[in-house]
Amino acid sequence: MTDKDHSKSFRDYIHLAYEERKPLQFKAGGSKSFYGRQTETPIMDVSHHRGILNYEPTELILTARAGTPLTEIEQVLADQNQMLPFEPPHFGDKATLGGAIASGLSGPTRPYTGAVRDFVLGVRIINGKGEIIQFGGEVMKNVAGYDVSRLMTGALGTLGLLLEISIKVLPKPAQAITLSRELDVNEAQQQMLAYAQQALPISAACHDGQKMFLRLSGASLAVAAAKKQLGGVELDDSATFWRSLREQQHKFFSNSPSLYRLSVPASTPITTFSGEQFIDWGGAQRWLKTDQSLSTLQDKAASVNGHCTLFRHQNEEYDVFQPLNGTLKQLHLNLKLAFDPHNILNPTRMYSDF
Amino acid sequence: MSKISIRRDDLIKQLQKFLSRSAILYEEEDTRPYECDGLSAYRHLPWLVVLPETIDQVQKIMRLCHQHHIPVIARGAGTGLSGGALPADESLILSLAKFNQILDVDLPNRVATVQPGVRNLAISEAVKQHGLYYAPDPSSQIACTIGGNVAENSGGVHCLKYGLTVHNIQQIKIITIDGELVTVGGGGLDAPGFDLLALMTGSEGLLSVIVEVVVKLLPMPQRAQVMLAAFDRVEDAGEAVANIIAQGIIPAGLEMMDNPAIRAAEAFVHAGYPIESAAILLCELDGTNEEVSEQITLVKEILNTSGATEIRTANNDQERAQLWQGRKSAFPAVGRLAPDYYCMDGTIPRKQLPHVLQRIAEWSKKYNLPVANVFHAGDGNLHPLILYDANTPGELERTEEFGGKILELCVEVGGTITGEHGVGMEKINQMCTQFNSLELTQFHAVKEAFDPDKLLNPGKAIPTLHRCAELGAMHVHHGKLPHPELERF
Repeated sequence: MTDKDHSKSFRDYIHLAYEERKPLQFKAGGSKSFYGRQTETPIMDVSHHRGILNYEPTELILTARAGTPLTEIEQVLADQNQMLPFEPPHFGDKATLGGAIASGLSGPTRPYTGAVRDFVLGVRIINGKGEIIQFGGEVMKNVAGYDVSRLMTGALGTLGLLLEISIKVLPKPAQAITLSRELDVNEAQQQMLAYAQQALPISAACHDGQKMFLRLSGASLAVAAAKKQLGGVELDDSATFWRSLREQQHKFFSNSPSLYRLSVPASTPITTFSGEQFIDWGGAQRWLKTDQSLSTLQDKAASVNGHCTLFRHQNEEYDVFQPLNGTLKQLHLNLKLAFDPHNILNPTRMYSDF
Repeated sequence: MSKISIRRDDLIKQLQKFLSRSAILYEEEDTRPYECDGLSAYRHLPWLVVLPETIDQVQKIMRLCHQHHIPVIARGAGTGLSGGALPADESLILSLAKFNQILDVDLPNRVATVQPGVRNLAISEAVKQHGLYYAPDPSSQIACTIGGNVAENSGGVHCLKYGLTVHNIQQIKIITIDGELVTVGGGGLDAPGFDLLALMTGSEGLLSVIVEVVVKLLPMPQRAQVMLAAFDRVEDAGEAVANIIAQGIIPAGLEMMDNPAIRAAEAFVHAGYPIESAAILLCELDGTNEEVSEQITLVKEILNTSGATEIRTANNDQERAQLWQGRKSAFPAVGRLAPDYYCMDGTIPRKQLPHVLQRIAEWSKKYNLPVANVFHAGDGNLHPLILYDANTPGELERTEEFGGKILELCVEVGGTITGEHGVGMEKINQMCTQFNSLELTQFHAVKEAFDPDKLLNPGKAIPTLHRCAELGAMHVHHGKLPHPELERF
């Protein structure tokens, strides 16, 4: 597929939908179609709006059209020894930058390097009235106006169609290795919490049920010193292990009708949730296979000031995200109207009421 | 114009039902300290100032204001540099100064729960014993409060590596204009729904009042070492910055000063800066002991090949503090050169630096106003300091026009009018340059989602379309629009 700008035809299409009050569902690579609520809304294919528009390695910025494949971006960055700092999950070879930003999903390095939204610098979008508008830009520091760019991140396209996204990129660490150790999960959690309080070059930490895995990234001397301090067995292929976790190709993720994602304070006792767990993000993100109901899990997550998402599921009628209540819910409804007054952009993809 | 449905005396009586007498200020001698923030060129005597101590009191104040249509301007330490806390006509100044407690330090989760009136530096001081700190370090960090930092999305010299306020907070509690308490963010690293935490950060008090903040804490690096490099040409210094980053090194701090700024700083604090140089770079590297050793060697090589005429490395904490002292004192140092100075805050793509500095130098001659430049070189945030004398008739107006031109140039080269100080009252006109009417309309729609009656910090941050239209017309005829609605002292 060739690089092409489809902004104007998209704008006209959405403007017409606005006038006719016809809802649309955006789809590019479709690699994350499973994520969120499933809807019957007619699909608008946005995959052909693609191409890298600007990349300045020494300014650490990249701007690309939303339909640009993640693999293409990662390759261009790798050629300059740089990377997407938030390690976005692809979930398929057709994953796009727009999908990564709209889903707001971050990889294993999230607690140490940052989330998708942390690296979004600017966006060009089409709102629900069919207007092309632009916020933020290609500079790291920008506090002019409300931070609409980060608001778009993780909004699942319900506030606007992403056209272009500017992101901050980072150099690849000089070295990255992974150490593993057989350890009880509770003991592993305590160690991960303790390590997080020390100046160590840890860039990912997880426990797969049997072993704890720690990734060390940085200058080679720093990695060597930390390796000596922490001990454990060095994996032959560090990158493959973390990719299998990020892409949910690790054996933990096979053979389960439902997969729950828990986002909780890292110190939350492992026993708070019963079922089979894979602990990521140093304890702050937990993948769970269980027979318990979503509402039970969400109540428990709320009780520790966290939240629970039904991440993968087979029943199409489910609500999947932690419910919003009271004034917080009202603010969401108000914001949705502010960007999409006729409720035509990916309606009910996030919550059943907007 | 005012729609306020209550007399001030009656409002005071209502407030006295739940606030102590000392928490309500209305006599001129008491309200005078609140007439301006760090941008002291703009002043306006407040109508009423309240200093609540509890969330419940803030909620009651907000309900009263909402009911009677009284504008509310939240205020922290008042160190802001864009007039964000400037009082408006018949408005209530809501000071959060009494919310000054650190409520909890959660070591396992590396977060601290603090009230909005806690000073930025006080957080790092409180957790130092645990080897942790709060990373964003605006130069006003001794005085500025965390609530103000969130409202402005404050940065600091270390934000290239450690991010802005938005990257270093996890949860906030806000009070809406109708007095509702809402928790935004959460105990985990993300929250369900829209990213309201990001939207609130930097919203300059236009969407809600912040009453609690959960900040992230980081382990203190084992070692931090700073280097100074001198250059005969500004372009070489800019090139050196690009070369450092191209080598995969992200310094903790990377600051540039031009010759006038170097001279001013040296005369003020005697940091040992080379006063003949066209520019100096301060490059701080931090991390593990081994990492810093490795990177210092690399950076030295890069600086040499980029044309540095002199390189110095601080070998102990005292030398490190001395090298930073000049940079950290740059604003007051420049302040000694003239009765007043005006600090700009644009951000530009770094490759545009030579072009932008050239244009600033040309305008400096044209307006006959000296300029010193301090630059967060790593992230492109430029602080030109324009020297002027407010007592010379017409000089403030000339300064504002000059400043406005600089900001418009920042937008023209692909940057922004404000990197970290906020729009406030000061840059409201330049917002018309940066955003078109569709974008401004979208901002107003966001505002309406939170505050349909436009009572929170009215007239700041986002200009009305009417204002921009008038400004455009004025531009054609006169080339500038001063702030006629502002009193000047």
